[in-house]
Order: sequence, then structure tokens, then C-alpha cells
Amino acid sequence: MNALEVRQLRKTYKNGVEALKGVDLDVAEGDFFALLGPNGAGKSTLIGIISSLVNASSGETRVFGTSVQKQRSQAMAEIGLVPQEVNFNQFEKPFDIVVNQAGYYGVPRALARERAERYLNQLGLWDKAFKMSRTLSGGMKRRLLIARAMVHHPRLLILDEPTAGVDIEIRRSMWRFIEEINAAGTTVILTTHYLEEAENLCKNIAIIDQGRIVEDTSVKALLSKLDVETFVLDLREPVDALPVIDGIELVQMDATTLEASIPKSRSLNRLFRQLEESGMEVVSMRNKANRLEELFVRMVNLDGENAA
Amino acid sequence: MSEKVTATTYWIGYKTIVIKEVNRILRIWAQTLIPPVITMSLYFVIFGAIIGRRVGEMGGMPYMDFIVPGLIMLSVITNSYGNITSSFFGAKFGRHVEELLVSPLPPWIILAGYVSGAVFRALAVGVLVWLVAGVFSGFHMHNAVVTFSVLLLTAVVFSLAGFINAIYAQKFDDISIIPTFVLQPLTYLGGVFFSVSLLPGIAQQLALANPIVYMVNAFRYGLLGVTDVALWVTYLMMVGFAVTLFFICMTLLTRGVGLRS
Repeated sequence: MNALEVRQLRKTYKNGVEALKGVDLDVAEGDFFALLGPNGAGKSTLIGIISSLVNASSGETRVFGTSVQKQRSQAMAEIGLVPQEVNFNQFEKPFDIVVNQAGYYGVPRALARERAERYLNQLGLWDKAFKMSRTLSGGMKRRLLIARAMVHHPRLLILDEPTAGVDIEIRRSMWRFIEEINAAGTTVILTTHYLEEAENLCKNIAIIDQGRIVEDTSVKALLSKLDVETFVLDLREPVDALPVIDGIELVQMDATTLEASIPKSRSLNRLFRQLEESGMEVVSMRNKANRLEELFVRMVNLDGENAA
Repeated sequence: MSEKVTATTYWIGYKTIVIKEVNRILRIWAQTLIPPVITMSLYFVIFGAIIGRRVGEMGGMPYMDFIVPGLIMLSVITNSYGNITSSFFGAKFGRHVEELLVSPLPPWIILAGYVSGAVFRALAVGVLVWLVAGVFSGFHMHNAVVTFSVLLLTAVVFSLAGFINAIYAQKFDDISIIPTFVLQPLTYLGGVFFSVSLLPGIAQQLALANPIVYMVNAFRYGLLGVTDVALWVTYLMMVGFAVTLFFICMTLLTRGVGLRS
């Protein structure tokens, strides 16, 4: 059974903005799924409809076979939502926020307390559990949103930009936690602007742009479409002029740094040989950008041009 | 594995909203419970003890005794309405209402939870004001069933009305307009400080168009055994208001007016 099935979903807001133009999407049970798209593409509207915060204009959404539009209560019991913006009462304590959220899903209070303690501990918030939540840092607030979303043990966890503005160390600890949850069987849908997160964590991916799904495939299959990779090369000595190498584009960034864009069909040996012949010594090399990011930009731009 | 949604889910969800609301009211007791008691104490001192002595009798009883039921009702009306508007609009404004909107709880449970919280505050304030009144005029209880049922129905009616206000409110100003320009005048002119039978012809007819007159009088009957209006009319009107307002609230919640885009 699919964790999520979206069929011909459309949403036109009262101001006439057509946010979704017939979206079809399937997310398999147990998947770690990335939903990517530029700002205003329709991601938040789609997540809003799945979590019943936004009313669809037409179409249907099913969560583990249960229609969000027809059997809202049962469908919502399956979902845990980590929203893009902090939306808990900042005048309440984290422990109370998590316990109350469990109560809204019918978790008895004693069990809710146990779970709240467990998740707040796992997310490194237990020492703040009885402080006012407005005193938490940005990263702590994000982790509290995750604890709140997990307390009723949803089968589908939706994370809308969960690591925005969170420092790298906390981000990594958050991802370890989410990976463990996914490994334990919870289906995860993630939207993020940190595309390396999607590349490293997710199995499947959909790209939404201008209210339409423009790509829906596995991360592996998507990355195989990338036919050119860009490397940054650090040289030992400054260079004045660059050699011309057939099929490889070289750009000088500063006196000792080059960027080389190389088709996957080309050998890197040729690049190094030519540089050596030109008297250049490469001391280090790295990928310029996240590969998924390159593809994403390319696909979204292409779609934008086609639409125009 | 997520929990299956059953009647128990709804019951636990309802209890959670009520506990949360009651905790909020008790946590900020200095804002929720004490101010009405102080205000009403001042009314008792000024209108009851000082001015009341010169007024003499009203409706066949000392003026102090006469104003006690009305002032308790004034507290119940303003606190039930004010509690639900500030709490639910605050949840909307801070977006934590979304915690409920994404949960399996149906609209009627959300409504019942918030109304119960507002009724708790109204009754708590009502009891506190009644205790203070007892110091000034002694404790009266003519008919406990009428007293309690009128108090409860009044709190429910004004909680539901406040909920509608909170749903439509876009900014904090919007939740103070109705209490200031509608509720307060209706309550002050609703027979709290005078018997409507003292009003001249047309004014008396106009006063009888004010639903608060009926509530205050029915409550006065419960405490003191005197009323200007028939009890059955009051009950019929209050039940009618409660049912109508409940269905309006349900329609708005189900459609997601002001809550879901």
C-alpha cells in the first residue's frame, strides 16, 4: 500500500492564484521521499492539503488508503507534520506542548508523558522541557516541532523545511534521528532547500514547479541524468593563461583556482595531463556544487522557459 | 503504528483541550479570575453599600440584594465571552490552532473543548463574585437548580457567541468591538441595576427585546425568588440561542472559515 496517493489535485486560491494544476503523486510505504521546488512552486499548498490545513479545489489525497477529503479524522491520525514555521504556543512549556499534542490524537495522558520524555530526551531537549518555549533557540524550537509531530507515532512524517536556519551540527543530529525513524518503518516526506540533504537522505524525489510535478523518480535515476560535473581545482602556483582543452570548459576563479566542467564521458586523466603539460600542478580538487542542485536548477529553469 | 480513531480518541482529545484551557486560566489567574472580583467588589461597595442606602428598596428588596444577581451575571457574560475570544483568537494569531486542525479531532470536539474552558472560567468567576457578594448581603439561594442552569446556559450562549467573534477576528481590535459596543450596553441596560418594571411604557417594551434582561431576571429568581419575566420564556430563548449559535459555529468550523485556506 502507498503511504500517500495524490490524484489530479488542484488548488485555486480566492485571489485567483492557481497553486496546484492537477498534481499526481505516489509515495510508497517506508520511503524517504524528497519534495523539491522553488519558492512559490506549490510545495506548501500540497503539504497543506495533505495535512488538511488547506482545502483542495478538486482531486483526492489518500493517506494509507484513507481519503483526507472523505475520512479526515482517520487520515490525520496517520500523519505527523513538522511545519515550516514555528506554530506552538511560545508561552507553554515544551513538555506540555508535546503531551497536549498526544492528547489530540487520543494518546492517554500517562502514555503521552512517557513519550514526551522519551522524544524530548532523544532530541536533546529534556533539560529545557519545563522552561517557557519562547526561551528556546531556533534549533531547539525546530527539534520541539519534530518531537511534537512524532508523539502519536504517525506512519507518515512530513517535514516542511525542518532544518532551515539550523546550524550544521544540530542539523546532522536531526537527520540521524529522522533516519532512525525511517529505518523503523515511518514513511518520511521532506521538503528542503539544502539539496545535499535530499541527495544524501532520500530514496525517491519529486520536483514541483509552477503547480505541476516536473520530475518524479528515484534520486539515483535523477542523478544519472547529470552528464556534466564541475570540479574546483586548487593550483600550487598562480597562472596567467589557461590551456584550451577539447570538450572541457576551464574557468579561472582567482590566481590559483580553476573550475573545470567535464562531461561524464570524458576522462579526468586527460584534464590532468593537459594541465601538467601547461606547467600547472593541482594540489587539491573537490566537487563544485551538490550534483542534485545542478540538476534542480537546470530542470526548474527549463520548465520556466517552456512555460514562458 | 498510529492509533485508530475511536470515541476514546475524541474523549481524550476533548479532555486535553479542557485541561489546557483550565491550566491557562489558572496560570494567569491574576488576569482571568481576580480582576472581575475586584471590579464587582467595587460595584458592591459603591452602588450597593454607599449609593444603595439612599436608593432604598428595588423590586421589594434592599438595593444591595437586588444588584447581586445582575452583577454575577455581568461577570459570567463578560468572562465566558472574553475567555473564548482571547483564547481561540490567540491560538489563531499564534497559529497554534494548527495543532488542532491537523489532528483527528472533529470540529464539534474542538468547539466543545473551548466552550467548556470558557464555561469553567465563567462559573469560577461567578462563584468568586457570589462569595464576595455574600460578605455584603449574605448568601441567598431560592432555587439552586434554576440558579445553576441559568448560569450554565448563559455561559454556554456567550461562549458560543464569542467563538464566532474569534473565528471572524483578523486582529486583536476585532475581539474587543462586540464586548465594548454591544455586550456592555446590553448588560448594563439589562436590568442589572434596576427593575424593568420601573421603566415607562415604550422603554419597558424596548428593554424586553434585550435577551440579557431575561437571563438576569431568571438568575435573580434562582437566588432571590423574584423576576420581571416568565422563566419558561427565558429557558426557551437561551436554549434557542445555544442551538442556533452551535450550528453557526459548526458550519464555520467545518468550512474552515478564517482557519483553513
